[in-house]
Amino acid sequence: MKFEYTISNLNFSTAGEASSNIKKVLKLLGIDSKIIRRAAIATYEAEINIAIHSHGGKIILYIEEDSIKITAIDKGPGIENIELAMKEGYSTATHEIREMGFGAGMGLPNIKKCSNEFSITSEFGKYTKLEITIFI
Amino acid sequence: MNKEYFHSVILRPDLCTGCTVCMQNCPTQAIRIIDGKAKIISEKCIDCCMCLKVCPYNAKTAITDSLIELQQYKYNIALPSLSFYAQFSQKYSKNSINLALKSLGFEQIIDASYYAEVLSVYLKDLSLCNSTVKPIISTYCPAVTRLIQIKNPELIKNISRLESPMEVAARHVRNKIIEEKNISENDIGIFLLSPCPAKITSIKNPIGIDKSSLDGALSIKELFPKILKILLTQRNEEINDLQNFHGELWGRVGGQSKVSKIDKSIVVDGIEEVSKILDMIELGKLDNIDFIEAYSCVGGCVGGPLNVENPFIAKYRIDNRSNSSYPVSNNEIRSNFKFENLCWNKEILPSKIMELDNDISIALKKMEAINALLKKLPGIDCGACGSPSCRALAEDVVQNRAKFTDCIFKKFEGEENEN
Ligand SMILES: Nc1ncnc2c1ncn2[C@@H]1O[C@H](COP(=O)(O)OP(=O)(O)OP(=O)(O)O)[C@@H](O)[C@H]1O
Ligand code: SF4
Ligand SMILES: [Mg+2]
Repeated sequence: MKFEYTISNLNFSTAGEASSNIKKVLKLLGIDSKIIRRAAIATYEAEINIAIHSHGGKIILYIEEDSIKITAIDKGPGIENIELAMKEGYSTATHEIREMGFGAGMGLPNIKKCSNEFSITSEFGKYTKLEITIFI
Repeated sequence: MNKEYFHSVILRPDLCTGCTVCMQNCPTQAIRIIDGKAKIISEKCIDCCMCLKVCPYNAKTAITDSLIELQQYKYNIALPSLSFYAQFSQKYSKNSINLALKSLGFEQIIDASYYAEVLSVYLKDLSLCNSTVKPIISTYCPAVTRLIQIKNPELIKNISRLESPMEVAARHVRNKIIEEKNISENDIGIFLLSPCPAKITSIKNPIGIDKSSLDGALSIKELFPKILKILLTQRNEEINDLQNFHGELWGRVGGQSKVSKIDKSIVVDGIEEVSKILDMIELGKLDNIDFIEAYSCVGGCVGGPLNVENPFIAKYRIDNRSNSSYPVSNNEIRSNFKFENLCWNKEILPSKIMELDNDISIALKKMEAINALLKKLPGIDCGACGSPSCRALAEDVVQNRAKFTDCIFKKFEGEENEN
């Protein structure tokens, strides 16, 4: 089953909606609350990254009997150095964004921690794509 | 009465017009309109009283005990909740209010503010200990605990598990009276003077303990005029007023953190804002916080629906009185009350009520059916069908709780096809 959520750039009033919707869906399915929590954290961090660092994008959720797959894909600007971006504490967030409580450089590392399988691909200037799998 | 799902909030069908206001505002979507009347799905109800507060026709009320219940016991004790005295003008002393309560049939009045102070000491210990589970969430508002069971079960481990000042007070005083006055257990009746249905439900249907130490609860709203009548006839004699403890601050939002002196605490009131904060904790965004003081009612318990005074005035009175009250000494508290005796002993279980099915493959099929139905519904969440949103109707249809043609748009379409 597939669910899709559109995330627009710098729209903080809707940021977090994908994650809370995904939480509701997984809860209806009776999935273990520990797993729901991991899926919610991964989605939240991914959607905030799209809202803050990208020109907008979407989150797609696929649910199967044994796994949850979350794909986050945006329209760029992409990440130049992925290895650096994955480091705990690394952030390019502006002072303004930090004032809003984001920009600790923990989002991507946390997503990875919450996933059973994780991949990040990006073409600088074009897109960033996260593929997250959590086993049920 | 079905004890397992007792709720103090009930509906008066004679007053309900089926207007859908309560249904649209219920934070757990626990209300449906069936045959033109609102109905509360009791397993989903957390007693937050949103419905009671928003109902334009006052059709929602609370089941409470009445003074007649006092006749069952030989020795009746009133346990005023912490926002109780703040309901009265400051010209009435605590002492004179207590005398009025006595003339209504109570032998003794318990001062809950002392017990709130006892709990504050241990709340601080608990919040500041080096646990990996952070932050600790207060259990004082039962509606918040129930919301966690339903919506954020991963946070059950964050719940403080400290009993409420009311339970601790009732048990402590009961034991003392049995010992000192030689009155038998069954002859003692302890009644909460309650600001809300949530606290009443937690007496009849407690969380975390097997049985409440309280025997019943009276609504402050119902008692207030009776007490006032007595106060008006009382002579204003200059009596030294009774001692007051800092713990009374628990009666308003922020009081627990203040009395416990926990600095890194988030204080939140209003059930919707509480729900947002719980979600933030679940996302791991508040790990640096020690304590969450959350109330279903705006303003804390002074904002409880069974209170009578404007919450902001009541809050002012509590703050004002706290300036002249003395804190109880830590040593006294620690030697008289032990942490182990102040904790819930029963496991708090997550609620499964939101799940479509126990079996994930069936649940997935049902979810697919819901999505298919949702595509056919107008998506305007008008509520005319009796479910709070199109999605909720689709879910109700799949769960056999409603019909697809309950949607007024589908009903008309159906009729047009017939013609
Ligand atoms: N979707 C994206 N598009 C472009 N750059 C991104 C994207 N996601 C992350 N980045 C880059 O990777 C860096 C690290 O991301 P990460 O989520 O770990 O931290 P952060 O977003 O800066 O801070 P935090 O997530 O703790 O609020 C970001 O500062 C940004 O430079
Ligand atoms: S905030 Fe206080 S008055 Fe309101 S529901 Fe919770 S316990 Fe009751
Ligand atoms: Mg981030």
